[in-house]
Amino acid sequence: MPILETYKDLPSTPVTFYSTESNKTGTWRTVRPTFNESKCTRCYICWKYCPDLSVEVANEGDFPKIDYDYCKGCGICANECPSEAIVMEKEAHK
Amino acid sequence: MIEVMTSNYAAAHGARLAKVEVIAAYPITPQSSISEKLAEMSVKGELHGQYILVESEHSAMSLLIGASYVGARTFTATSSQGLALMHEMLYWATGARRPIVMIVASRAMAPPWNIWGDQMDVIGERDTGWMQFFCENNQETLDTIIMSYKIAEDRSVMLPAMVVEDGFILSHTFEAVDLPNQDDVDDFLPKFNPELKIDFNDPRRFGGLVMPDWWSEFRYRIAQDMEGAKKKIVEVDKEFGKKFGRTYGGLVEFYNCDDADVVLALAGSAVGTAKDVSDKMRERGKKVGVVKIKALRPLPAEELRKLNDMVPVVGVFDRSFNFGHGGGIFSEMRNGIYTPDGGPLIKNYVGGMGGRDFTPKHMEWVFEDLLRIKKEGKVDRMIEWIPLRDGTGRWY
Repeated sequence: MPILETYKDLPSTPVTFYSTESNKTGTWRTVRPTFNESKCTRCYICWKYCPDLSVEVANEGDFPKIDYDYCKGCGICANECPSEAIVMEKEAHK
Repeated sequence: MIEVMTSNYAAAHGARLAKVEVIAAYPITPQSSISEKLAEMSVKGELHGQYILVESEHSAMSLLIGASYVGARTFTATSSQGLALMHEMLYWATGARRPIVMIVASRAMAPPWNIWGDQMDVIGERDTGWMQFFCENNQETLDTIIMSYKIAEDRSVMLPAMVVEDGFILSHTFEAVDLPNQDDVDDFLPKFNPELKIDFNDPRRFGGLVMPDWWSEFRYRIAQDMEGAKKKIVEVDKEFGKKFGRTYGGLVEFYNCDDADVVLALAGSAVGTAKDVSDKMRERGKKVGVVKIKALRPLPAEELRKLNDMVPVVGVFDRSFNFGHGGGIFSEMRNGIYTPDGGPLIKNYVGGMGGRDFTPKHMEWVFEDLLRIKKEGKVDRMIEWIPLRDGTGRWY
């Protein structure tokens, strides 16, 4: 990524040279989804609905895993889960 | 090859010769025959690019911004309400630095409904960061489109360009147009080759958020490049002249101005009328000149300031009234001409709106009025609408 010091260093079109991966949005969270494997039926509705691709299913048949580096705590997964396997809990602030 | 055609067809041929790669347009009078002609060329396989149907002008501009991001040369045409519907995306095209070229067949803004020629639509978009080039005749429409790509796509400019033809007065009037041959145009106009584009093998994010600490720098960069475009416009106009034998004065053309007592500044098809009237009045010993504003954006302030030393009285003709203190071009002219030391006497003439005829008779009245102001040494009425049923019986 080029070093920007003055307006002259700006690219000819507004562009970001790095990936959104570097922007760890998990720090925005005030409530966190907690996951209970014993209730999960592996329907993957949470995986489908997560707007931030923060629910991961590595292989078909696996339990879904929440990526807390990026999950913003919107609660859609908990709201959509038909088996109440995901519950939103207040984020513990240190 | 010389063919007789409307300015709308000249615009379509201009786009074809510029080898545009993506066209998206939505029909609106008086622009429609441009997009119809392009669609016909596309069906016949005469068009280098792809014609994409869209459901609105907002979509047309959005689509072109995307296409331009992948490095395609893009074109669209619109008028009036259609241009207004694009308004949001006009800023996007500028901010994203997409060198889109668009022709606008200028037309009145409703209500009351009016489909005829009037520059209110384009003057209303003069602050969106688009370059704006006005055309005097059908040949100029074609030539300006080709030149616009060369200017807009230059890596030092990278700004969109709006080519303006007066609705109906040019868009539907037949004139002889010299169609350049494709090889000459190819030779003049290189392929669009942007510094950065969407590339799946080298992914980047375009148009993301910028924090307050860098916003001014992005704006400043656009302002600087718009200023820099002036040099490029003059350069491209000269180069075009060398190649095709036609030039349009770059940013501004001073016609019959050298020893003039008064001049009238204006943009668009009325320039031709003003030039004719100026010639005829000079035969009778009346020294009147014409300032053709080819580019309203970037505003050629340095060129306009030359009028300070040239003439004591400047008239400005507006073919629209954009509700302010005088017409839009009048405001621009005063902004351009005046310095802290002052400037010439200046008066605004507002007329020829909504398709109203503005004839040589009206034009002559304007010049005579300017000569009277020069004699009297003062402007008694800063903004004059002509013709207007104002009860004075002057016009009817």
